[in-house]
Amino acid sequence: MTASRLAAGGSAIDRSRPIRFSFDGASVDGFAGDTIASALLASDVVVVGRSFKYHRPRGIWGVGVEEPNALVDVGGPQATPNTRATTEPARDGLVAKSVNATPSALTDRNAFLDRFSRFIPAAFYYKTFMWPDWHMFEPRIRAMAGLGKVDTDWTSPGTPDQINHHCDMLVLGAGPAGLAAAKLAAGAGLSVTLVDDQPKPGGSLGHRAGEVDGKPAGVWIEETVAELAAGGHLVLPSTTAFGIYDHNLVGLNQRHLDGRPDTMWRVRPRHIVLATGAIERPLPFANNDLPGILSADAALVYLRRHAVLVGRRVVVATNNDSAYEAAAALAEAGADVTLVDIRRDGTPVAPAKVRLVKGRALASAKGRLRVEGVTLDDGSRLDADCVLVSGGWTPTIHLFGQARGKLAWSEARAAFLPGDPVDGISITGAAAGAVSLSEVFASSETAVASLGRTKAAAPRSTGVEATDGIVAAWPMPGSKGRIWIDYQNDVTVKDVELAARENFVSVEHLKRYTTLGMATDQGKTSNLPGLALMAGITGRTVPEVGTTTYRPPFTPVPLASFAGPRVGELMAPVRRLPLESVHRASGAVFQEYGGWLRPAHYGGRGADAERSIQDEAWRARQSVALFDGSTLGKIEVIGPKAAEFVDFLYYNTMSTLTPGRCRYGFMLSENGVVFDDGVLVRLDEHRFVVSCSSSHVTAVHARLEEWRQDRFGRDAVYIHNATSEMATLTVSGPNARKLLEKLELGLSLDDTDLPHMAIGHGSYAGDEVRIARVSFTGDRSYEISIRADRAEPLWAHLRQAGQAFDAVIIGLEALMILRAEKGFIVIGKDTDGTTLPHDLGSEGPRSKRQTEHVGRRSLLTEEASRSNRLQLVGLTVPSGEAPLPTGAHAIRRVDGKLKSQGFVTSSYQSPTLGRPVGLGLIERGAARHGETIEIQHLGKIRTATIAAPCAFDPAGERLNA
Amino acid sequence: MQLFPCPFCGPRDETEFHYGGDAGNARPDGADVPIDRWADYLYLRSNPKGTAREIWVHMSCGEFFVMERDTLTHKVLSSTALGGEYAA
Ligand SMILES: [Zn+2]
Repeated sequence: MTASRLAAGGSAIDRSRPIRFSFDGASVDGFAGDTIASALLASDVVVVGRSFKYHRPRGIWGVGVEEPNALVDVGGPQATPNTRATTEPARDGLVAKSVNATPSALTDRNAFLDRFSRFIPAAFYYKTFMWPDWHMFEPRIRAMAGLGKVDTDWTSPGTPDQINHHCDMLVLGAGPAGLAAAKLAAGAGLSVTLVDDQPKPGGSLGHRAGEVDGKPAGVWIEETVAELAAGGHLVLPSTTAFGIYDHNLVGLNQRHLDGRPDTMWRVRPRHIVLATGAIERPLPFANNDLPGILSADAALVYLRRHAVLVGRRVVVATNNDSAYEAAAALAEAGADVTLVDIRRDGTPVAPAKVRLVKGRALASAKGRLRVEGVTLDDGSRLDADCVLVSGGWTPTIHLFGQARGKLAWSEARAAFLPGDPVDGISITGAAAGAVSLSEVFASSETAVASLGRTKAAAPRSTGVEATDGIVAAWPMPGSKGRIWIDYQNDVTVKDVELAARENFVSVEHLKRYTTLGMATDQGKTSNLPGLALMAGITGRTVPEVGTTTYRPPFTPVPLASFAGPRVGELMAPVRRLPLESVHRASGAVFQEYGGWLRPAHYGGRGADAERSIQDEAWRARQSVALFDGSTLGKIEVIGPKAAEFVDFLYYNTMSTLTPGRCRYGFMLSENGVVFDDGVLVRLDEHRFVVSCSSSHVTAVHARLEEWRQDRFGRDAVYIHNATSEMATLTVSGPNARKLLEKLELGLSLDDTDLPHMAIGHGSYAGDEVRIARVSFTGDRSYEISIRADRAEPLWAHLRQAGQAFDAVIIGLEALMILRAEKGFIVIGKDTDGTTLPHDLGSEGPRSKRQTEHVGRRSLLTEEASRSNRLQLVGLTVPSGEAPLPTGAHAIRRVDGKLKSQGFVTSSYQSPTLGRPVGLGLIERGAARHGETIEIQHLGKIRTATIAAPCAFDPAGERLNA
Repeated sequence: MQLFPCPFCGPRDETEFHYGGDAGNARPDGADVPIDRWADYLYLRSNPKGTAREIWVHMSCGEFFVMERDTLTHKVLSSTALGGEYAA
């Protein structure tokens, strides 16, 4: 037993609430307030993980987000892979498993890999791409890659919340710097939100000595937080700011200790204060990755917050003053402590009960599954069951870097500090290089000063002040032994030297070649030592080497937090028909079409679906069909320039349309391509209804608005999208008029009063109805539009009256067959991004129109007049054959090679014709009716004959039948 | 995420907006517009590094407007409703 829990103390733990969880199958005891890491240390579990590449045994290094070694997969309802044991609260019943280790961290069967380490140096797998053969190594490398395992059986415990939040000042970090800044800002009348990743605010004041305004630090922390809460300010513990995005949007991920999924906050503060502190660095010596070697500051945290003494025989190695407090505290708690300071002069005095060795560094550590002792650079040896190191402090300037803040190298601090200010962001405390509490408070005062006069007194440090005195101790080229720089990704001094030898000397190349800083910890402890080493190897200064680009997220964020409620149906919500429930009651099978959820067919699931569809299409031609066409666009264009406007928007001249009549036309894009087709209704002189395709309503509306605002002016035209206000019910078929006459809609249905392509106005049960005689089936058709909320009785009446005519309700699939029989196109299906209107047979306006319209000039180019353009045709197949596959290519043989000359766009079995009907875009197709061509699909070649697009009732007699 | 100022609604998240092209890319009318001029109108963009004048539409309210912004720093310099020079 070496590490242990002390009988008393521990500010974070609640000894009245014992907990028990499992780690690698063994039971571990702890208290509420423990992290997995602190509980493991208290139980002297030293090997907690395996490194990525060499499967080296690893122990806990740190105490927070910087942890490179102690990664665990947490199971159960809050399952998270690859989470840090140092930040994961220990819960009763929690099941944790070490990553990258089989069966356990202690007895990993891949540990042998470490003996082959010299065969798998940095970038070895890149080299396998070159020689001898990547495929030889691929299966093995893939199997080894990755750390934790995703639990595929896991289901979300609920939908994570996302919160949009605004405040005057967002303070990130609730250590002394953040608390002081928040207090001063609140005193200046600003609304403050204070965020900290720990469950309790306080930062370093929670475990290091300090006295503020004559009070113990703990008291000052509590008072300050209470004061902020009383002032209505928001304090968010267990919350990490993971990213600063454009225009200073800050992303926060809030953890909950009650089992709820994390909450994502999107904060728009007027001002951001970064009080994010600093992270302790390791020291370079051989085998510095052995379990039992910890950050000195981490050991102090475990002692003061969790009452865990991490060792009995402790060597503390340092190059700065901060480790002295840790050495003193551990000695005080009963450990045998030797402090080895790299500095010969200018060190603080040796703390009580601590042996101080000056002017010496660690050369190596020894031990197999845990550290057993160290050798100093003079060859002397010390036994130890635990080694604490402090290589200095790296300010946490990640968020400042993300906000494109420039960094400035400080030789005195041996660290990058924030350089030129960034708009809307201040940076204070240890993150800005402050060491003593007095410096910290002064920097917070400066950070807030420009934002307004504060009524709060600036806190004063009244206790012992921290000092720094750092002498840099970077990894040196040519060092003996294996010295780890990036623990998690197994990058050693030799790997960086190899990268330099192979000329990967730029910091971004170094990162990718060696994977330095690319692990889940993103190099929080390793980046600076790595680039300092590269500086040493290449004879440059550290700022000359520079840092890699800082990118979000600062720590891993669950993808579920980003998704929030946008899962399942809410990921891309469908638009729904007003009569959806009625259709469901009729046995409709729904599918999504262009964003709308619509009946595909009625009855017949799975294998029976095709039979239902064929039956609907056949019966529709026999007597009468009912169809819900409510999704059809209904965009009103109103105003003195409405006629001129629709003329400009359409390829076809529309201003000549008589009120009460409809006309079919194309809308083009400016490069002439057919963008939408549909019927335009003229209600009166200055009022039109654009009846565009269901899936294009939004795009057509946007296009109309753009031209209205950019060319015609707001006063000339008004546009109103009435698509969802009205339901449109279609009655189509030889008996359509007879059925409609049963409803007494208050208008004459006589063909002289309401001919094809005309509209009429009537009423149903007191509501106005608009009836348009347009047809997408080729049969006599009436589209009845009525207020969406009054459509249900009308639909019921139509169905009831339809019984006498053996009416059939048809879904979209049957409608697709009916329109294909007629050669009617669907834009985007029977056209592509190159189809011009004359490719579809509409040549008139192109050659005759004298007035301007969208896309006009593009129709008069060489490309538009090319003789071998793809043109719309019908395709028939030899008797008895199945429909052609949609998308199959029409081919031509040129010098024995197959060349495409177009493709099949629509293809169905027609029950009425008793044969397949097809449409296609074929080179020069309009002039090749009657020609038989080859069609290839998945290597099979069939034949088809080119025909006119319309295969059914080419004379159009059924429109008036 | 950027904040764009709709001249009608005020500052909103960029996800509510849609890019509408370069401002001042006047449309040449007529069947006899030189083909190079028409091609420039359709395709030629200056893609400036620095200040750009662009048409954007705020999809929530449907209004098109001119926004001046810096393509390098993402700073928004101004936003103005269409009209005047853009009206017919
Ligand atoms: Zn707006």
